[in-house]
Amino acid sequence: MLTAFAIVTDGLVYAAYLFLVAVGLTLIFGVMKLLNVTHGSFYAFGAYGAAIAVGVYFDRGFPAAGGFLLMVLVAMAIGLVLGLIIERGLLRLVYGKDEVVVVLVTYAAFLILEDVIQLIWGANSYALYQPLGATGTVDVGALVLSGYDIGLVAFAGLLAVAASFALKHTRWGRLLTVVIFDREIAAAFGINVSLVYTITFVIGAMLGALGGAAMAPKIAVTLGIGVEVIVLAFAVVAIGGMGSVEGAFLGALIVGECRAAAVHLVPQIELFVIYAVMALVLVLRPQGLFTRAQPRKI
Amino acid sequence: MRHQIRGHAHSPTLLLAAGLSFGLPLMAAGGAQAEEPAPVKIGFVTFLTGPAAAPFGIPDHNAAEILVEALNAGTVPAPYHQVGLGGARIDPKFIDETGSAADVVTQFRNLVERDHVDVVVGYVSSGNCLAIAPVAEELKELTVLDICGTTRVFEEKPRHYVFRVNPHATMDNVAAAKYVQNKFKDITVYSGINQNYAWGQDSWRDFRLTMKDLDPKATVDKELFPKLFAGEYGAEISTLLTSDAQFIHSSFYDGDLEAFMYQAAARGLPQRIPFVLTAGETSLYRLGPKLADGAIIGARGPHSFFAHDSALNTWFQKVYFDRFHEQPVYPSYDFAQSLFGLKTAWEKAQAKKGGSRPTTEEVIAAFEGISFPTPSTTVQMALGNGHQGISDMAIGTYKFNKAQNKPEIVDIVRYPAECVNPPVGVDSIAWLEGGMKGAKCD
Amino acid sequence: MALRSIVLGTLVFLLVAAMAPTLPVWLVSLATIALANALVVLGLIILWRAGLVPFGQALFYAVGAYSVALMTRYTGLRDVLVLIAVAAALSCLTAFLAGFLLARYREIFFAMLSLAMSMILYGVLVKTEALGSTDGFGVEQPTYLGYAPQGRMHLLMLFWLVLAFCAGSALLVSLYFRSVAGALAVPVRDSEIRLEFLGISVSRLIHLNLVIAGTLAGIGGALAALSIEHVDPNMAYWTTSGGFVFVTVLAGAGSVAAAFVGSLVFELLKSIAYDILPGTWQIFLGSALLLTILFLPEGIGSLFARLRRRRQRQSMSATP
Repeated sequence: MLTAFAIVTDGLVYAAYLFLVAVGLTLIFGVMKLLNVTHGSFYAFGAYGAAIAVGVYFDRGFPAAGGFLLMVLVAMAIGLVLGLIIERGLLRLVYGKDEVVVVLVTYAAFLILEDVIQLIWGANSYALYQPLGATGTVDVGALVLSGYDIGLVAFAGLLAVAASFALKHTRWGRLLTVVIFDREIAAAFGINVSLVYTITFVIGAMLGALGGAAMAPKIAVTLGIGVEVIVLAFAVVAIGGMGSVEGAFLGALIVGECRAAAVHLVPQIELFVIYAVMALVLVLRPQGLFTRAQPRKI
Repeated sequence: MRHQIRGHAHSPTLLLAAGLSFGLPLMAAGGAQAEEPAPVKIGFVTFLTGPAAAPFGIPDHNAAEILVEALNAGTVPAPYHQVGLGGARIDPKFIDETGSAADVVTQFRNLVERDHVDVVVGYVSSGNCLAIAPVAEELKELTVLDICGTTRVFEEKPRHYVFRVNPHATMDNVAAAKYVQNKFKDITVYSGINQNYAWGQDSWRDFRLTMKDLDPKATVDKELFPKLFAGEYGAEISTLLTSDAQFIHSSFYDGDLEAFMYQAAARGLPQRIPFVLTAGETSLYRLGPKLADGAIIGARGPHSFFAHDSALNTWFQKVYFDRFHEQPVYPSYDFAQSLFGLKTAWEKAQAKKGGSRPTTEEVIAAFEGISFPTPSTTVQMALGNGHQGISDMAIGTYKFNKAQNKPEIVDIVRYPAECVNPPVGVDSIAWLEGGMKGAKCD
Repeated sequence: MALRSIVLGTLVFLLVAAMAPTLPVWLVSLATIALANALVVLGLIILWRAGLVPFGQALFYAVGAYSVALMTRYTGLRDVLVLIAVAAALSCLTAFLAGFLLARYREIFFAMLSLAMSMILYGVLVKTEALGSTDGFGVEQPTYLGYAPQGRMHLLMLFWLVLAFCAGSALLVSLYFRSVAGALAVPVRDSEIRLEFLGISVSRLIHLNLVIAGTLAGIGGALAALSIEHVDPNMAYWTTSGGFVFVTVLAGAGSVAAAFVGSLVFELLKSIAYDILPGTWQIFLGSALLLTILFLPEGIGSLFARLRRRRQRQSMSATP
């Protein structure tokens, strides 16, 4: 019984992690049709930024609540700056080209940024463990849940609701949605698609950095953390459908629960779970769970 | 002494050596020569980038930097006081180990065939060591494997040009299992969490086999294998919290170990069930008070906290700390052992030749089977036809000294080399499966 | 003209083969690996012309490599042609089976599904401790129709073998591009529906392309395994696939020769980066890729295309 409960909660925590990592990517993909490999760098920069800035903050003994706010602010600032640099400075130059070429540009940017991280922060790992301690624990029988994990799940849920709301009920959100559906028609209606691209990319970068900042207290912030999340984010986006926040949420949930079940019950297949789920979803519903199948255009 | 011209245009050290050779009197012991001998070119390969840089590559590289400097200045204490290798300065070339097996092999060939290095020292990843060994044999290049732990290097095939001073990974888990037997009475059940790749799988296998030999009634409750660099261990921690184990074995190191410990400590796991961390030493300074007292720690050898007192060790810790403002961890000690082993063999071969520079074959002949002191202990090249080193091993218990705000290891137990390493001629896995016959433990 | 480029290509290959004994040894080994990888890139060019970029070619690469490795480890087979033939057959079969699923997808889904497949193979290999898990295991040296070369000859024989395979593949793929099936790749990329209205089965065409690319990748993997003398699960990892796509974009989809030149340039760039920038070689490679994309958007192959066009213009303007 406790195991079942543990599977549910573990799945939720992992799903929160996946969602935070994937939501920025799905927006960028939906609007710009761009598989942004640099997303891993946004995540890493967010993690490093949070580890250092927020670490200093907690060391000085300021109140914990402010620390969490600082985490969000630092992530958004990093995302803003990096997002603008990459989009205005780099992507602008290659927009007309073949999709694969644009992906490779983001891959090149990712490679460069990986070494930039090492140049700025060195090869050592950084730890931001204070927030973990500040949030306490919740006991459920033999199982101990971390307050920070519960907070992460709540935060991911809030983010999903906010993003979904913003896309459906704000002006900018609806403009984004139109561009996701059909760029040409949107442009024909006078929407400044180029501005929409820039804003989407920056928001996506901020969300990526936020994912990194949110995860920083749990991990050792070191070189290479960006690489691992790229494939995870891609898989979740492929499952949920490009551009769909609900899809990313559901995709993250499915993968999270399947993986948690695997770890508890059949640990041998844990390595395959995410790819098996992705393959299965793609076979059954090729466009992802939440995207409408695109009618083929002549 | 033959004066060989090397054509490596990039190295300032070579230019300096060339310049000095016309001016300064020779400092090396061994006769009245008027010229300085040509430098020995050594290729040092380790992880300079990527996630393995922090735990292994950087400590490795740091140790290389200060030791090469100290050797070239002749400031290392006896018996390593001779400059460089036998009076010839070391000209280092550092290469990043990052990349696929194809990249690593290509870089090795470049070092040997393009850059004409005399010796190659390095390699952290066991996979790379296994890929390099046959190429070293083919190119007839003297190679000293550094940190990789796989037993397969010398057990799959005999090697002539490849040496490994540092003992392989078997003794880590044999010693840990013995320690655990003494520490916990009546073990009936234990669990393990190891990374899902060769290192984690091999460590767990060795530990389980040894436990079966020592304590057949102990059973395994959970064996978890999260992905390498997974980062998020919530499900694993929940599984361990709801399991029955009396202790948890893990060969996690650095980044993964720290992430796991932060997450586990936040949920009270280490306070409830003690951990056996066979490679935990690299993270002790970073984890500090975050690691619960009572964790059982290994350092893949009697390194750092476990080092025997010696002038060499005191000197090593001092120069390392003075330069890098942190204590050397086991990868740094591993490197020191490799370099000092090479130096001992080189100088022994040179002495046999009456002071002239030895050839590769002569160094190999001198290297096989020798024994020499290192900052941690004494190493003996006993296995693999004299190509694989063994040393004693030590395991201890972690205690964070709150008063002085530093990590400490207490309750250290030492195991003689022949107690935790397989005997000559016996493969490690066969030895473990056969009840560790032939072990000498008094 | 087609005949002219075939003659030219053959001459280039023969020249390189003749030069090999005089080249420095490290360059020959580097070129061997580069050319083995070039075969994978050739397959990717075929698929890219049809508008598809898989991120899982490492699947076939690994199948080819592990076939050879398993054969030399568990059987007495050493003859290099037998080893390559079996590896090619196995990767062809894998591509054939995978193609039934893959051929139905396009664009990003195609890429992700092929990535998923290669990662599943990776997972299986990692879990197989008998094959050394992530450490992999060694590949024995092959014999060449009974001849077992020693020392330097071994490197040269392997180089000539890889060169022969590259020459053969280059020829066959060039002929394929000039065939109807090959020429149809471009319309597949531009507008599938029109092709189907013409009565041509697009998914069968794509399946064919997948099988060809998969077989080429398998042969590339087999040759790479023989060259490195080691296989490990990383050969099936997505970053390996990414590396091939990297080279493909560097090379450009324009010409067959680009695959070989691009792969060689990439290996040389990597070597230089490791040598002079040990801590920052990723910046170097990333920048090189960026510069290529910005200034040579059609890849290195476009340089050949431009030369060809200039020659055509000159010959046209030369007529009175």
